[in-house]
Amino acid sequence: MSADPRHWRALLRRTGILLAVWFLIGPVAGILIVDRLNAFTFAGLPFGFWIAQQGSILVFVVLIFLNAWLAARADDTAIGQAPAKNGDR
Amino acid sequence: MLSVRAWTLIAIIASFALYIGIAIWSRVRTTEGFYVAGRGVSAVANGMATAADWMSAASFISMAGLIAFLGADGSVYLMGWTGGYVLLALLIAPFLRRFGWYTVPDFVAARYYSNVARVVAVIAAIFISFTYVAGQMRGVGVVFSRFLGINVEAGVLIGMVIVAVYAVWGGMKGITYTQVAQYCVLIVAYLLPAIAIAFALTGLPIPQLAIAGTLPRLDGLSTELGLSAYSTPFTGFSRLNVLAITTALMVGTAGLPHVIVRFYTVRSVRAARWSAGWALLFIALLYTTAPTVAIFAKYYMLDTLANRPLVEVQAIDWVRNWMQTGLITLRDANGDGIMQAAELFGAAGLTASIDRDIVVLALPEIAGLAPFVIALVAAGGLAAALSTASGLLLVISSAVAHDVYGQILRPEARESERLRVARVAIAFAVIIAAWFGIRPPGFVAEVVAFAFGLAAASFFPILVLGIFWKRTTSAGAIAGMVTGLLFTGGFILLNRSVQVFGTSQPILGPFFGITAQGIGTVGMLLNFAVTIGVSLVTPPPPGHVAELVDAIRQPASS
Repeated sequence: MSADPRHWRALLRRTGILLAVWFLIGPVAGILIVDRLNAFTFAGLPFGFWIAQQGSILVFVVLIFLNAWLAARADDTAIGQAPAKNGDR
Repeated sequence: MLSVRAWTLIAIIASFALYIGIAIWSRVRTTEGFYVAGRGVSAVANGMATAADWMSAASFISMAGLIAFLGADGSVYLMGWTGGYVLLALLIAPFLRRFGWYTVPDFVAARYYSNVARVVAVIAAIFISFTYVAGQMRGVGVVFSRFLGINVEAGVLIGMVIVAVYAVWGGMKGITYTQVAQYCVLIVAYLLPAIAIAFALTGLPIPQLAIAGTLPRLDGLSTELGLSAYSTPFTGFSRLNVLAITTALMVGTAGLPHVIVRFYTVRSVRAARWSAGWALLFIALLYTTAPTVAIFAKYYMLDTLANRPLVEVQAIDWVRNWMQTGLITLRDANGDGIMQAAELFGAAGLTASIDRDIVVLALPEIAGLAPFVIALVAAGGLAAALSTASGLLLVISSAVAHDVYGQILRPEARESERLRVARVAIAFAVIIAAWFGIRPPGFVAEVVAFAFGLAAASFFPILVLGIFWKRTTSAGAIAGMVTGLLFTGGFILLNRSVQVFGTSQPILGPFFGITAQGIGTVGMLLNFAVTIGVSLVTPPPPGHVAELVDAIRQPASS
């Protein structure tokens, strides 16, 4: 019944990395250093402005799909090693 | 050639007929069908339903207008209302889907082994949802009064009757599949005019690319007219406030009960994870377009109105139409007979002449698009408002009928009785929501932002800690939720006392530079601190709770 500690630790590590990217793109690039990034131009717009109003949203979408894919792969590995006994839904 | 009014009637009647048709097809006979659509919704369909559920009248009608007025600082809404999905998908949705059951208070009650915790969660869910519903109803009223010339009260009643039919009849199943249809209506209605305008302005039919040509022109025009350049950040909010508002909206998104319960309806834990990706992809279609609409609208308005004589501005067709609704009131503050940019958009302490809420609804007229496009936008605005309202109403009714009646008052009630109570509860919720719609408080997006603050300060910390920290105790979670709610709710009421109680000055100023919209961030931090502190000084949770946490952490089969 107890969760496999390796599976859980891997989940925590994966979640931590994805959230770090989320934090760097959203709060850091989009707010904390947005004015400095505006010195660069991307797609014809100031880069900081583009990140805050377009780019960050695209990155968020990719992060969630990446999580779904990585988590499914990790679950497959974990179930392959130790088949779920408790009538997994 | 049909008039705008005729087209609008056709678009609204056709879309309403579609929703009712879906309701008849999706009649439910069990409480599982009523609360979680029998857990048979596919990941993509749930993604669409979530997108419609969550993109409210605020997203559709108000957001582009808010961004147009705020400029670069409008990013608080863009990043805030999308970034939260990353938190939801990584930290909450798959685990709550694994747990199962019907409502967010269900999880709170089981994880925190207490019906007191359930009651606090029920109160928070109802409070958040009613705050949010009020905003939707005002959106319905605006659409009906402008496009059909019906008074707001009648418009609200028509909208509520439609929602009542499919929500009472089909419960979550009816709501889910009407939301899928509503997403299709609203996204077409949003993208079509944006594409047409992008093409007209720059020759590129993709708005996200077309702004590259428009933004420099807008920046130049703004500076020329004495406003700050559109792309300059921190002109509307301070950097700290931008951070606080964005965080409150992100965390609030991840803690909104009506969004979380959507993930109870999918077939598996894995489907819940994928579904969050689809949801944000469908949302991103609108959210990457909204800032382009804001840029086009601001450019058109400055270009056609600013520095023109008052009489000339008054004679413009769309200005006249919107003046009749009271949402444009031309204020020539310095009395020189000319409308300066600051008088139009409210810079330099002046009250704006143009209500931000009309930007999306008026843009097709401003840009001179065909009448059927204008009608489509009206139907889209209604779809956005009704889809969100129905999701919220289900949360309210399930909190009353399932959590209070079914779990606390009469746990022995039979299935048929539970289903009957659920239907009665949702019918009552519709009536109360209609009353809110007829007496709506304030700006749509502003009201909604407060609902997010409350969700951020109540649910998010205790859900995340409940999953990721086994030591979190019942006393800790209850104390944390109560602290977060009282602090955030209290601050908002006192800070906005001018609007709420009619005092001449706000009773409480900004909290170290953070305004009411961002205060949920502080409430969330307080909730975390109190929950952790109290948990550490109370006895650890009993063994069966540790087992429950282990169970929701298990790897998921496909």
